[in-house]
Order: sequence, then C-alpha cells, then structure tokens
Amino acid sequence: MRAKYRITIIISLGCVIAVALLWTSSTSTPAAAQEATGTRQAAGDDPDLAAGQTIADSHMEQWKRKNPDRVADWVAEEKERHAIQPPADNSHLLKGGQGEGHTYGQYTERDLLMWSRETEKLVVEGSRIFHDADLLGSTVAVSCDMCHPDASNTHPETYPKFQTQMGRVVLLRDMINWCIERPVRGKRFDPDDPRMRALEAYIYAQRKGEPLNYGKH
Amino acid sequence: MPAEHKSVETKYMEERQQFYAALKKLDRRSFIKVSAAAMGAAAVQGIAVPNSFQPVSVAYGEQTGGESGRFRFAYISDSHLYAKEINDRFANALMRAVDDVNSLDPQPDFVFYGGDLAQLGQPDELELGAQILRELKAPLKIMVGEHDWYFDMGEKWRELFGQPTESWDHKGIHFVKLLSVIEEDFWTPRGMTPMERMKTVAGLDNHLQKSFTVGPEQREWLKKDVARYGDDTPLVVFSHSPLYKLYKNWNFWTDDAEEVQAILKRFKNVVVIHGHTHQMLTNRIDNIHFHGLLATAWPWPYAPEGMPELTIEMTRPDPFNVQDGCGDGEVVVHPDGLVDKIYNFWNRNPVTVAREYTASWGKKAVPPQPNRPSY
Repeated sequence: MRAKYRITIIISLGCVIAVALLWTSSTSTPAAAQEATGTRQAAGDDPDLAAGQTIADSHMEQWKRKNPDRVADWVAEEKERHAIQPPADNSHLLKGGQGEGHTYGQYTERDLLMWSRETEKLVVEGSRIFHDADLLGSTVAVSCDMCHPDASNTHPETYPKFQTQMGRVVLLRDMINWCIERPVRGKRFDPDDPRMRALEAYIYAQRKGEPLNYGKH
Repeated sequence: MPAEHKSVETKYMEERQQFYAALKKLDRRSFIKVSAAAMGAAAVQGIAVPNSFQPVSVAYGEQTGGESGRFRFAYISDSHLYAKEINDRFANALMRAVDDVNSLDPQPDFVFYGGDLAQLGQPDELELGAQILRELKAPLKIMVGEHDWYFDMGEKWRELFGQPTESWDHKGIHFVKLLSVIEEDFWTPRGMTPMERMKTVAGLDNHLQKSFTVGPEQREWLKKDVARYGDDTPLVVFSHSPLYKLYKNWNFWTDDAEEVQAILKRFKNVVVIHGHTHQMLTNRIDNIHFHGLLATAWPWPYAPEGMPELTIEMTRPDPFNVQDGCGDGEVVVHPDGLVDKIYNFWNRNPVTVAREYTASWGKKAVPPQPNRPSY
C-alpha cells in the first residue's frame, strides 16, 4: 500500500501547491486582481494567513524531502515525454451573461485555470502509471504502453460492453484490471485506488472527441 | 433453430476428423511440408481461403524454391527479451519461433532476424537471445533494432553479432542490411544515464527521443556498395524501421527515407523488409516494395494516420490470447527480386502477400480481407 499512500499524499499536497501557486500568482491576472481588492489581503498583512502559509510551506518542505526525485515539475516533465490531450477549453463561461443572480455562474479566469490544472494533473498521473511497469506493480516488467502507445486500441468509449471472453458486461476498469492481472502480471487495483482513477482518467482523456458508443465491438 | 443447424463445436469436430483422415494419406515427406509455407502458397494460387483445418488437404506436396529459381528465407523479429528471471514469456515466444523455423523442410536458405532482440539492450538480454538463436539449423543474418542499441550504443551487440551494416550476394540477389535507428543525441544535454537513454528510446510514444535515421555515413556507404551493380540487379534491403514515413509519433518512420530511396531509385526492383511495426504492413513507392515483419513479443496497433493504401490490416489482436497477432514467417524470393511475403500467425491462418499483389499495385492476388476491424 506504500505506492497508494504516496500517491494520495502527492495528490493532496499537489492541491496545496496548486492553491499556493494560484494564490501567489493571482495578482497578475486582471480578473483575480479585481476580486482581490477589498475582499482579500496579502498574507503579510494578515496574521492568520501568514500562519497558514507557514504551515503550507513546512508541509511542502517535508514532501520535498520525502520525494527528492519528484521535486522537479513532474507534470511538465511527463507532458514533455508523452503526448497528453488537453482538457476542454471553458473560456466561453467568461463571456456574456455572467452573474445572472446565481453564485455558480460567477466564474473567473482563476477558476478555469484551477479546473484545467487539477483535471490535467490526474490525467498526467495516469500517463505516468500507464508508462511505468513498477507503478503498475508488474512482476514481469510489462507496462500498458508496450501494447497501447498513446493509449491507442483501448477504446474506452465502447464500455460498458459484453466482453465475450469474460462472459459478462464489463466497464473500462474491469479491462484495466484484466490487463494488470494477465499481461502485466500484477495485482488488481481496487476500483477506488488512486492509480485506477488516474489510469481511467488518462485513457478517457486520450480518446477526447470520440463519440460514446457503449456496447461496440 | 432448424434441425440441420450445426454448432461451432460440431463443425470444428467434423473438420478435425477430416484433418486426421487426410493426414493418414500423406507420406512422411509430404507431411513435413504441411507448413505455413505450403498453406501460404496454396493461398497464393487461389486454392481455398485458408480456413481452420481445410488448407491441409490441398496444400501438401507444394514446393517452394528449387525448380523455378525461387528461394526462400525465414524470418523472426522483435522478441524484446528481458532476462529469463524477469520475464519468461518473451523468451518462450522466441523459442517457439525458432522451433517453427527449424521444422521447415526443406530448410530455408537462411534465417533473417529483424531487430529488437532485447528489450532494454542489457548484455544478459542480448546473450539470452544469442543463446536461443544458436539453436537455428539454417545460417542466421541479424539486424539491429533500437532496443538492442541504446544502452551501450551497440557494444554488446557488435561483440555477439558483428557488423550492424553489411551486404552480400545470394543466388543473383544483392542483399543489404542497414542500421536505420540512428537518433540524434538527445541524452547528453539532459544528462541521462545509459539506462535512462535506453528507456526513453524503448518507449514507442516517448517524445523526448528523436526520429530514426540511416545517417549520412551509411548513405555514403550504400551509394558505394550498390555502385558496382547494374540497374537490373534485384535488391533486397533490410532496415529495422520502415524506410519511408508512416507515423512520426511512434517512429514508424525514417527521417532520411527520401535520400535512401533516391539511392535505390535506379534499380528496377527493390524490396525493403523491415521490423519495428509488429504487424502486417505493405507499401510500395515507385520501384520499392515494402514488407513489415511480425513480432514474437506483442503486436502493435496500426498508426492512427498515414497508413499505406496497399496494406491489408490484420484484425485487432485478441488480448485474451497472449500470442495472437504475433508470429514469424517466410519470404519467397523470385528471380526478379520481388517476393511473396508469408505471415505465419501463431493463432490465425497464415497470410501471403504475393509478389503479384505489389507488382500489380494491389489489383491482382489480393490477400483475404479480414471481416473484423483492426482498430
């Protein structure tokens, strides 16, 4: 369970980092700057915020010490290595009819950036696992990309479907686990395992634009 | 359901009965010839589409090579071996291919190995491969793949197998073997270790690496090598990557392909046999006919774009059948240098892409089309 624990830490600390990064860079984006005036203060002026920052920094330091190999920007590194489809562009939400009286209509550039980064991060983590026999727990040094470069030939849009060879209807995650147990010769992932969630995210992301067509063979 | 309906199992058992009945009629010599080559040859002649046990009854006694000046060589490719302790599946697959080739009668003139013998270029991987290939009865010719090379830049490979680039003549055909997986140095600026470099190159979809090339040095060598041959000399060229541009993202690609093709342009017939793509793949560019090799390790999906028109795509491999889409095969070389390319699938009927098929730009001798998608 060490890998699972590590990934949970990475994801939760990743959130902290993302929020921290957004916080510090918020003044540079016009929309966020507008929002900042009057409603928020810089950390330096507010003792509570300053204390919070100190705690966040110390967590970050702790994580860096524990993960010396991942101090670098692993998201950027993975994106350089493997082609990853970007998440949808939501910039239309910033145009026209903003704030028609309901809270959830009031989006800022910062919101969109955070959605995009957080969503992509899960996909990028999936790409790392997909391409790494050790992270997959393979006992025979086999990783997904050896048969599925760029997640090709995974056709996630065809699930659920009747998998003739299993004699039942399966979801994408069932096929992922089948592959993990057979060609990869590893131990199946729990459906809620962060690695399974990341793998699903990556595989779905790579078929962006493909119409859903469940049941297709 | 009508009363005369036969289940798949019943049909299978009936065919099986016929098969064993037919076997009793064969003498020993004919029996041994009931091989992929014979089945492939039957398909070329248009006798029955290979289906289950049936081709056996029409194919025995078929000769390849000999009387008409044709000859045959066998091929094995892309075994991607790990050390035995890490993974025995790929080693078993290579041993299966060696058994296939050794059971051919008559034996092929030589066996060609298409590259990527090792997975991560480790000395023990290459040694294991050499040890298994030593069991071959026919002489071995072997080519470099990127997986063999980028751990020690070919040091161990050269020690075991000699020169990565060479040429020879055999029964009127000029054979050339190239090292087509030369990549521009991407590792030094990044300070990569040999293993990091190897793992980067080993990832088909890894974009840190560069495109494959034959390179100026070998192109010069090739020019000089073929200079002494007339335009009518049939040429067979071996390269690990396809010597054309199919799909750059997976290095189904040779960056200086046009320059190499230009050197070969004056010859009447040129055949290029390549590994790397792990699938049925056929192409023709002017005078050059291209054929891909099957892998013993695993099949690749087809590239999402850029597929050559002449390619008849094999059906998507069944993941539940671990060696489906894999195999080995034979190449029948005709006196004019063009070839019948036989794909000996381990879990499917063999397919022959006949000389006539590429010679007629796909109009004649069309191989059987699969009825399921390739993805």
